[in-house]
Amino acid sequence: MGRLEGKAAVVTGGGRGIGRAICLAYAKEGADVIVNYATKDQPAQEVVELIGKMGRKAVAVKGNVALKADAEKIINTCVDHFGKIDILVNNAGVSKPNMLYKMTEEQWNEVIDIQLKGPFLCIQAASKYMMERKYGKVINVTSSAGLWGTKGQINYSSAKGGILALTKSAARELAGHGVTVNVIQPGYVSTEMTEKIRTDPKLKEIYTGRILLGRFAEPEEIALTFVFLASEESNYITGQLICVDGGLGMT
Amino acid sequence: MRLKNKKAIVTGAGQGIGKSIALKMAQEGADVVVVEWNPDTGVQTRKEIEALGRRCLFFAVDVADRRQIEKMMAEVIAAFGRVDILVNNAGFDRPGNLLKTKEEDWDAVLDVHLKGTLNCIQAVIPHMMEKSYGKIINLSSVWGKRGAVSEISYSTAKAGIIGLTKSVARELGKYQINVNVVLPGFILTPTVSKMAEKYRNIIIENTPLKRAGQPEEVASVVAFLASDEASFITGAEVEVSGGWNM
Repeated sequence: MGRLEGKAAVVTGGGRGIGRAICLAYAKEGADVIVNYATKDQPAQEVVELIGKMGRKAVAVKGNVALKADAEKIINTCVDHFGKIDILVNNAGVSKPNMLYKMTEEQWNEVIDIQLKGPFLCIQAASKYMMERKYGKVINVTSSAGLWGTKGQINYSSAKGGILALTKSAARELAGHGVTVNVIQPGYVSTEMTEKIRTDPKLKEIYTGRILLGRFAEPEEIALTFVFLASEESNYITGQLICVDGGLGMT
Repeated sequence: MRLKNKKAIVTGAGQGIGKSIALKMAQEGADVVVVEWNPDTGVQTRKEIEALGRRCLFFAVDVADRRQIEKMMAEVIAAFGRVDILVNNAGFDRPGNLLKTKEEDWDAVLDVHLKGTLNCIQAVIPHMMEKSYGKIINLSSVWGKRGAVSEISYSTAKAGIIGLTKSVARELGKYQINVNVVLPGFILTPTVSKMAEKYRNIIIENTPLKRAGQPEEVASVVAFLASDEASFITGAEVEVSGGWNM
């Protein structure tokens, strides 16, 4: 029996990278999954097919979490198909790096809208259903940049810093309704977003040197902490930041 | 079974959170070493672990006594061949306000929590380093971050465990040994059941989930950190407090 047997989950940005690994890990533990994606159809369809082969249900939903109508559509699709929503993972993200003095207003807005307003809108839409059933697990995603800042990504780090307070405020508001809200900091993971720092030998050495365990994470091992926070095993954890970063934050 | 055939040591496993951790480890398939100064409660935990079909060794030792721990570790290695998991949970509370705290109470509390944790880690790490594998989980407390009235020695010891955890994580990361610290909030254990109801209610009121936790809810978190699912987590603080300390 899986640890998420019969649960209904929404994973935003579920087509690729960490989001994809979360979708597959959830299905493996028995959950049905809404795979949200913003741009590329093919990867999301692939995730849906893989989940189907595991004997679970999955639906791909195209939508931009930064738009209220899309966020509602994503959450409502879950309720329409699976009758409820138990788990919401706000994973969708985008990176538009630029130095502070060169960053355009568009670059700022796009990243803040997707990474900060998106989770807000999705939580707002999902919490209505979760509060009704007095059950829910919301998991947000932050980043080392959100905790300590970084050069050349003030939009990204501001959004990821904001996610910490959003998590805690949502946790306080929803605790009385049986809903826990937590945030994961995944460190450096082997995904498309980290391709440059993984492939450039000089950058790779610098970044790997910051990780106590001396290696980048695979998306699959990060996904297991998302399973843990979505399961009954973490029922007494709320409002917390969980670092799955190989000790990155300490170096 | 996420800890199948792992060998785990749990200190302070006679009651409360430690006992729950020991039983959870056994349920997940581990053989368990029960470390508990009280022979009666330690034997009871051993019986319950054996009833789950797992092997169990019981040592009635004081973790603050380095020689006892070194001797114990030699016997554990002789019997189990290795140690995969060490949970430093042993501890006790001698409440008392700042002015009235006696030096011997301070020493006793810090010795068990801090020196006891160090003793067990130092005794176990050569065996973990040899295998390039190990999971060390230390138990701190939300009070270690917040402080608490009339808990000067306990909260100081628990804060020390956080610093100790991070230093050990730094030293052992390159050996693929994960070292983390769990901070329980208000958990229903024999220790807190002695607390006046008035104070218990205040803490619950300040806990967003509006309830105390059960020892099993901490044990499931420790089991997760002890499993390979948490292979990329090290040097982390994990609070299991119902949101008490955001």
